[in-house]
Amino acid sequence: MSGRKAIELESVGVTFGSGADAVPALSPTTMDIGEGEFVALVGPSGCGKSTILKLVAGLVAPTTGVVVVGGREASAKAQRIGMAFQNPTMLPWLTVEKNVMLPLKIVQPYRAEFRAKRKGEFRDKVHALLGEVGLRDFANAYPWQLSGGMLQRANLCRALVHEPRILLLDEPFGALDQFTREELWAALQSLWMAHRPTVLLVTHDLREAGYLASRICVMSARPGRILDDSPVDSARPRTLASTYEPDFAARTQRLRDLIVGAQRHVAEVH
Amino acid sequence: MSATLRRRSLSIGLILAFFGVWEVLCIALNVSDLVLPRPSEIFTVLWQRAPQLWPHMLQTLGTTLLGFVLGVATGVVLGAIVGSSRLAYDTAYPLLIGFSSIPKVAVVPIFVLWFGSGTVPAVLTSLVICFFPIVVNIATGLATTEPELEDVLKALGASKFDILWNVGLPRTMPFFFASLKVAITYAFVGTVLSETVASNRGIGNVMISASSNFNVPLAFAGLFILAGLGIALYAIFSLIERQVTGWATRKREIAV
Ligand SMILES: Nc1ncnc2c1ncn2[C@@H]1O[C@H](COP(=O)(O)OP(=O)(O)O)[C@@H](O)[C@H]1O
Ligand SMILES: [Mg+2]
Repeated sequence: MSGRKAIELESVGVTFGSGADAVPALSPTTMDIGEGEFVALVGPSGCGKSTILKLVAGLVAPTTGVVVVGGREASAKAQRIGMAFQNPTMLPWLTVEKNVMLPLKIVQPYRAEFRAKRKGEFRDKVHALLGEVGLRDFANAYPWQLSGGMLQRANLCRALVHEPRILLLDEPFGALDQFTREELWAALQSLWMAHRPTVLLVTHDLREAGYLASRICVMSARPGRILDDSPVDSARPRTLASTYEPDFAARTQRLRDLIVGAQRHVAEVH
Repeated sequence: MSATLRRRSLSIGLILAFFGVWEVLCIALNVSDLVLPRPSEIFTVLWQRAPQLWPHMLQTLGTTLLGFVLGVATGVVLGAIVGSSRLAYDTAYPLLIGFSSIPKVAVVPIFVLWFGSGTVPAVLTSLVICFFPIVVNIATGLATTEPELEDVLKALGASKFDILWNVGLPRTMPFFFASLKVAITYAFVGTVLSETVASNRGIGNVMISASSNFNVPLAFAGLFILAGLGIALYAIFSLIERQVTGWATRKREIAV
């Protein structure tokens, strides 16, 4: 970690709607994320996790406070952040290769060179990235020919193809079965180790957070605030076996108690 | 492949059988050709009067195609507007529904009032009849873009136009071509409607003057020409649709 800050939230609060319909989604939150960090965001459903990602991406404006990304106020126009969601949203009329290439058609400086390079340099770049996640042989396949896990691998490639400094992942593996999910953890870990973007990962799975993240933030129920923020120091590359070690299990248990506590608190208030 | 061949020949056989039964029933029940002419009579009229009918057919075809092209252009522009913003959708939709429920016979006299009788009102009638399915389909196609994908692209700094160009419009293609098939048949209805009311040319006019002269076989010959043109254009657009938007049908085959 270089110590520079990639993302800074300074008392950022978000309220959707106004008047009687106002929905407070995020309590004023302050948080710094250093360059190259891998932060997992966990918390009860509806607590504002996706909202934090959208704030960083510049898709939602903060109601109070400021969001600073790479030293400047967050704005979708000025950034080139990679994002991936649970739904892989590959375009069915394009091959995997062309789907992954899509960001290069949109983001500068690639955009200006797209016509000239899409058949040479860009194609090699996409194939190399697909190779990293084991999809090299599927470059010319169409999305409907791929399994859910393969689509999600392609989705990660699409989010990384333009070499973003920041990668935002919103429950990317939520719809996959356990085995596929664990394979994808390994794929994501090696992508992160190779490219070292700053990652903000929203997940419901505490084992996933513990395996992948270098830091885990636990949020309270809506309107969310950060209840706990702790580092995960174990060495990389991590293995699935490490997720069954006593230290790991103890941390998972502690986080689970925090989240369950947060939900019980809500139940009592209502 | 042989299964489709068998299905094809079966359906062609049944269509021929339909005409056969029609012919036989007319003879057996001694139906007057003032009521329902036999297919053989209709085809004879078509053959004998072909030189006179030909320019009328071209007139109807030309008018329909012009109305169709203008209708498609109008429909695409309106559909893109309606489908790309919530406000436009909420405003335009009730208006369009209202407009589409007006019986189009009612607008022909207005067009005649404005432009006189002849080709112009026919083109316009065919336009206003055929643009509606296109608006609906383009708007639906645009509105079904996944919000997640939109977020992914906006986070990359994509403009509204980038999204429309790379995602919205390609996604509407299957909807668009499906609506073209419907629109071209509607365009025929519009043209013929206007020709029967206010024109001295075209198949619609041939049919109306034939029936006022009790030349029922000629009126039916007109019907057959219209049906033939309609089927031909429908088939052409189906073929184009299959070529252009294969990905949509392939996906369905896999899903089954
Ligand atoms: N565009 C929006 N308009 C109104 N309310 C919203 C909007 N987006 C999110 N919310 C509300 O804000 C809260 C937090 O949402 P979100 O960040 O998506 O939660 P999650 O932690 O499950 O990702 C939820 O109660 C949600 O209903
Ligand atoms: Mg969410």
